[in-house]
Amino acid sequence: MVDDLYQEVILDHSKRPRNCHSMDDANRKAEGYNPLCGDKLKLFLKIENDVVKDVSFVGSGCAISTASASLMTESLKGKSRAEALKLLDKFHELLTTDTPVSKDLGKLVVFCGVRDYPARVKCATLAWHTLKSALTAEELEPVVTTE
Amino acid sequence: MSTLISTVAAGFDVEKIRQDFPVLKQTVHGKPLVYLDSAATAQKPFAVIDAIRKFHEVDCANIHRGVHELSQRSTAAYEETRAKTKKFLNAKNEAELIFVRGTTEGINLVSSSWGRTNVKAGDEIVISAMEHHSNIVPWQMLCEEKGARLRVIPMNERGELILEEYEKLLNPRTRMVAVAHVSNALGTINPIRQMIAMAHSAGALALIDGAQAAPHMKVDVQALDADFYTLSGHKICGPTGIGILYGKTKLLNAMPPYQGGGDMIRTVTFEKTTYNELPYKFEAGTPNIAGGIGMGAALDYLSRIGLDNIAAYEHELLVYGTSLLEQIPGLRIIGTAKEKAAVLSFVIEGIHPHDIGTVLDRQGIAVRTGHHCAQPVMDWFHIPATTRASLAFYNTSAELDKLAAGLKKVKEIFS
Ligand SMILES: Cc1ncc(COP(=O)(O)O)c(C=O)c1O
Repeated sequence: MVDDLYQEVILDHSKRPRNCHSMDDANRKAEGYNPLCGDKLKLFLKIENDVVKDVSFVGSGCAISTASASLMTESLKGKSRAEALKLLDKFHELLTTDTPVSKDLGKLVVFCGVRDYPARVKCATLAWHTLKSALTAEELEPVVTTE
Repeated sequence: MSTLISTVAAGFDVEKIRQDFPVLKQTVHGKPLVYLDSAATAQKPFAVIDAIRKFHEVDCANIHRGVHELSQRSTAAYEETRAKTKKFLNAKNEAELIFVRGTTEGINLVSSSWGRTNVKAGDEIVISAMEHHSNIVPWQMLCEEKGARLRVIPMNERGELILEEYEKLLNPRTRMVAVAHVSNALGTINPIRQMIAMAHSAGALALIDGAQAAPHMKVDVQALDADFYTLSGHKICGPTGIGILYGKTKLLNAMPPYQGGGDMIRTVTFEKTTYNELPYKFEAGTPNIAGGIGMGAALDYLSRIGLDNIAAYEHELLVYGTSLLEQIPGLRIIGTAKEKAAVLSFVIEGIHPHDIGTVLDRQGIAVRTGHHCAQPVMDWFHIPATTRASLAFYNTSAELDKLAAGLKKVKEIFS
């Protein structure tokens, strides 16, 4: 059923995304673009002593990509760079493999339904791809696409 | 539930027609398939599937120059499609019809071969605001290479080209006007006969992208006086990887070959090669033989049903579908031209097309969501994407009812 994909938490975060604003004092930024559906996302990070102090995003996208960005920002605060990247790997695993759902994912498990919708994996990962480039790119304001 | 009463000529029986399309008989996610994506590719009737199968099972051989029986059979079947296309488009002779991979290659052939030899710095190419990327990018590449200028005919909020603005764009530097006969993103049917005449008055040529027109209406390249007209086999119920480029003999004769290789030559020595006559000059290498034969079967099939019947029936579907969608609060149809083919492109306030597409898919309804290879159209309407239901003569009014019901469910989930 399509309700497995659009769980309450996802619908809630897509309608009322958290941390959805720009950030003037961000020290890392990145832009993500999904050319398939035209979704755009801008991510702002404030990193101090290698720890994500604050994170926010702005953009326009489908319910899955908006909810994913919103829940991602919630789960990143207080995490170190390495922890954030590890979470990204876990999240990707959740979406693309049949392995049992990892406990470390917390609220993010609501995205497990995306597994059954391969066409929507890119929507759910856009924010995370953007995060990765914000954390790892040489340049300060990288731009990534999901293609 | 359906209120549609067909006024189409007796003999058009959509239920009978549906029997010709095996793909339509399946269920998707447990629901009967409702295929509303024919503008992307049309489904194939048994006639086409069988023709391709027969070629592979019985007649398979390379074409041209073969003395053996199979080669003669395959050559005859392949070349017969050229004759059928001549009739389908009312071309003057078969040599004006070049087999290509599809519309995209047809346009690239002209922009490369004609463009390289006829366009120079300061010249102008005119396209329109509603072109498919395949009728934008090849011209952009040409303009970049030559230092020529690409100019764009604007459209109004209904998605109709503004002819007064087009008139102003034309000038002695205009070399080519390249426009779609029918827009895939909006459904607009452009007044190309008039637009071609205007191009000619300015001394320019006209190429018509017929990808979306050929499946839905009668096309007469002589009456239109088109210089080039190109279409894709897969959008007229034929297979993928095959299409047709029509060009006037005089123009084609003056153009250099597009690709070099076998079949396009008359004699080859290491010092000098002479080229074959039309249309073979533009057909290098072993072509998509099965595709060509399949497309021939598709042309026969469409002609049997009759393009006029198809156009009339699809128009009824369009009117009915439009009235259903207009009743859905928050839904806005993108593309409301007076002259319109059976394309329903729309947005719903607050709901992303991608989510609409997924929810509909789970109800067995196949629509396309995205920019439809027409990003400038999306930009013009300030939207990232639309949901598009595109109809064909094998669709029914009951399927449109299902679409409307599916959209109600979408609204329930996301409201
Ligand atoms: C208006 C229009 N032009 C060109 C094309 C390109 O056709 P093809 O991909 O078959 O070459 C399409 C296909 O979507 C189209 O709709």
